[in-house]
Amino acid sequence: MPRTSYAIAALFAIALLPAAGQGEERKDTLVLGMVLEPPGLDPTTGAAAAIGEVTHYNIYEGLAKIAADGTVAPLLAESWTVSPDQKTYAFKLRPGVRFQNGEPFTAAAVKFTFERDAAEGSTNKEKAVYANIAAIETPDPLTVVLKLKQVNANLLFNLGENTGVILDPKSAATDATYPVGTGPFLFDNWVKGASITLAKWPGYRDAAAIKIERATFRIVNDPAAQVAGLLAGDIDAFPRFGAVDSLRQFQGDARFTVTIGSTEGKTIVSINNKRKPFDDVRVRRAIAAAIDRKAVIDGASNGLGVPIGSHYTPNDPFYIDLTGLSPYDPAKAKALLKEAGVSLPLKATLTLPPPPYARQGGQIVAAELAEIGIDARIEMVEWAQWLDGVYKNKNYDLTIISHVEPRDLAIYANPDYYFQYDSQDFRDIMEKVNTTADATGRGHWLEAAQRRLAEDAVNVFLYVLPQATVAKKGITGLWRNSPIFANDLAAVSWQ
Amino acid sequence: MTAATALSARAAGNPSFAVGGVLTLALLATAALSLAWTPLSPYVIDVPQKLQLPSARHWFGTDSLGRDVFSMLMVGAQNSILVGVIAVSVGLLLGTALGALAAAWRGWAEEAVMRLADFTFAFPAILLAIMFTAVLGPGIVNSIIAIGIFNVPIFARVARGSAKAIWQRDFVMAARAAGRTRLGITLVHILPNIFSVLVVQVTIQFANAILWEAALSYLGLGTQPPQPSWGRMLNDAQAQLFQAPWLALFPGFAILLAVLGLNLLGDGLRDLLDPRGTRRAMAAAPARR
Repeated sequence: MPRTSYAIAALFAIALLPAAGQGEERKDTLVLGMVLEPPGLDPTTGAAAAIGEVTHYNIYEGLAKIAADGTVAPLLAESWTVSPDQKTYAFKLRPGVRFQNGEPFTAAAVKFTFERDAAEGSTNKEKAVYANIAAIETPDPLTVVLKLKQVNANLLFNLGENTGVILDPKSAATDATYPVGTGPFLFDNWVKGASITLAKWPGYRDAAAIKIERATFRIVNDPAAQVAGLLAGDIDAFPRFGAVDSLRQFQGDARFTVTIGSTEGKTIVSINNKRKPFDDVRVRRAIAAAIDRKAVIDGASNGLGVPIGSHYTPNDPFYIDLTGLSPYDPAKAKALLKEAGVSLPLKATLTLPPPPYARQGGQIVAAELAEIGIDARIEMVEWAQWLDGVYKNKNYDLTIISHVEPRDLAIYANPDYYFQYDSQDFRDIMEKVNTTADATGRGHWLEAAQRRLAEDAVNVFLYVLPQATVAKKGITGLWRNSPIFANDLAAVSWQ
Repeated sequence: MTAATALSARAAGNPSFAVGGVLTLALLATAALSLAWTPLSPYVIDVPQKLQLPSARHWFGTDSLGRDVFSMLMVGAQNSILVGVIAVSVGLLLGTALGALAAAWRGWAEEAVMRLADFTFAFPAILLAIMFTAVLGPGIVNSIIAIGIFNVPIFARVARGSAKAIWQRDFVMAARAAGRTRLGITLVHILPNIFSVLVVQVTIQFANAILWEAALSYLGLGTQPPQPSWGRMLNDAQAQLFQAPWLALFPGFAILLAVLGLNLLGDGLRDLLDPRGTRRAMAAAPARR
């Protein structure tokens, strides 16, 4: 008997040991939730925003850093000078920086990375930015001079995005599966479909300032599972929380802090501009007039989200509010359809990818379109099917999607982009935006560009995708807004 | 006492049949009624009224877009029955034909049919249905096709098994000896005698078809919005599980009662249509003067 009770006591002690150590251990580990799993871990070759969420500023760094408020600060480049014609940028690089594999960070690495980004087969999302670089000079290991073909007023911002991170030439080929950068965290483990773990790199140049020793990104697609994960304590923080409808219960719970901010996400109803009858601007304007932005925001986004009238957000420079150009007016919509001579009911498919703004919002949009005589048949698809069918093959009538890349008006200048919007007028305006050196002049053209898209009703511009961050009390440093989709873990700590 | 009277007497006394019959009739009646009347429209989106508790206006409350849950359930019954009827009919007709063929002709025909059935059974059904809708696109028509395909081997096996037993009977052998063709025997002797087995299987497969339709709609592959579907209502309710937990109860119970009713009906029918049971009842009943 005594031996059995000793055994039981010992078992209890062993079982309780981890709990005893729990208190201290939790303070420097972090479990972050994320909605989508990245397809790879190299942001210079992959388009998914999820790649940057894991790796940007954590594993990789670029020449510049975009702060939570959207401003640009030095990172791997200590300082820079810009020539008066805005075509020559000279960067002074930070000395003493190493890659995580021991290789030194020098101008050669910068040159290699930018040339790779601009190369023929590059799949960099911002390839145009790097293709615009006419020459890269490296007079010494700590100086890089970029000579541009055309003025790019956004260059410094672009260099701060995840597409501009600097890779080590020696490891670049395998970065998608085993990322190596100059950042404060090492890639530790990737359990496909479940989680990605990063560990603090003791060799980082400023390791003492990094409070988190171990960070795990847990992938949770399902909104109900996200809520469950937070409530159970499995997930410490969820930036870009997906279950916007369930925020109320976290707001009332003392264990959590809820922060509402904004992203660069322009939630739109994309229209296939080359498909009849959507090639008629009156039909597109009719669709825009039929949709009540407020109803979609209330139904799909729990009332959070700022309405927009063009492909630009209030956080971007020279934003103008164009929602007045396409107010909710079903009578006007019907009149426009009549004027365009469309035979009703007009049949169209509305392709909806997985996110709630699409699935929920899509049902509201379909109901509103039915009111004016457009029979929008809903087709719910998975991401792979959306990317293949809609984005690649342009095989759609209408779809709902949120474009989260910042300041991406240039996509409308590409007639092959899935909107298939082909306007020489717009291309001319963008040309002026790119080549005007002075800020006010450029501002005038940016406003013209926004206005053009709104007048041409290329797509129906709904609202800015809001960001809700739910985190356990005591976590500080998470971004309120997402000017870019990044999680800067160096700034995060437990209080 | 005639066989028919004996049958109705037994039917009333059989609890499975009674309860199953009532539930199935309720399901059919709801669907029929919904064609003419629902308390409110299941299609009207009214976001300010979302996630309401049951009230005088909304008998079962409202969903995440403010639609009336009771009306959606009623119209959802139409979908379930539609899928059930068509998919099971496809399976019944094709499957019975193949099964009867296999039992009548034997040899390589039987081998071919049975191996085809085995082949289909080897696939996990839900994955096959998903693959179908991924290739052909989501929607009610494609889910009917997917479910129908899975019903064919089930009916084929059942039909073949029962048919083979009938083929062994004396009167069939006599007919064969008299020179009747296999097709003739199948139509005149085999099919009427396996009828009861097939009826029972139909009710079981109907119940399964309702479950399959709900599963496919839950995954987003079946009935697309704005058509209400019990499966999709469950998926929407899951997203609201912490806000409005009662939302999942209504479609869940609807599916439960429909499937339970059909299964009980099938059990009851099996008892009733069993020829031995009828003969026993006739023997036990007092002889008519």
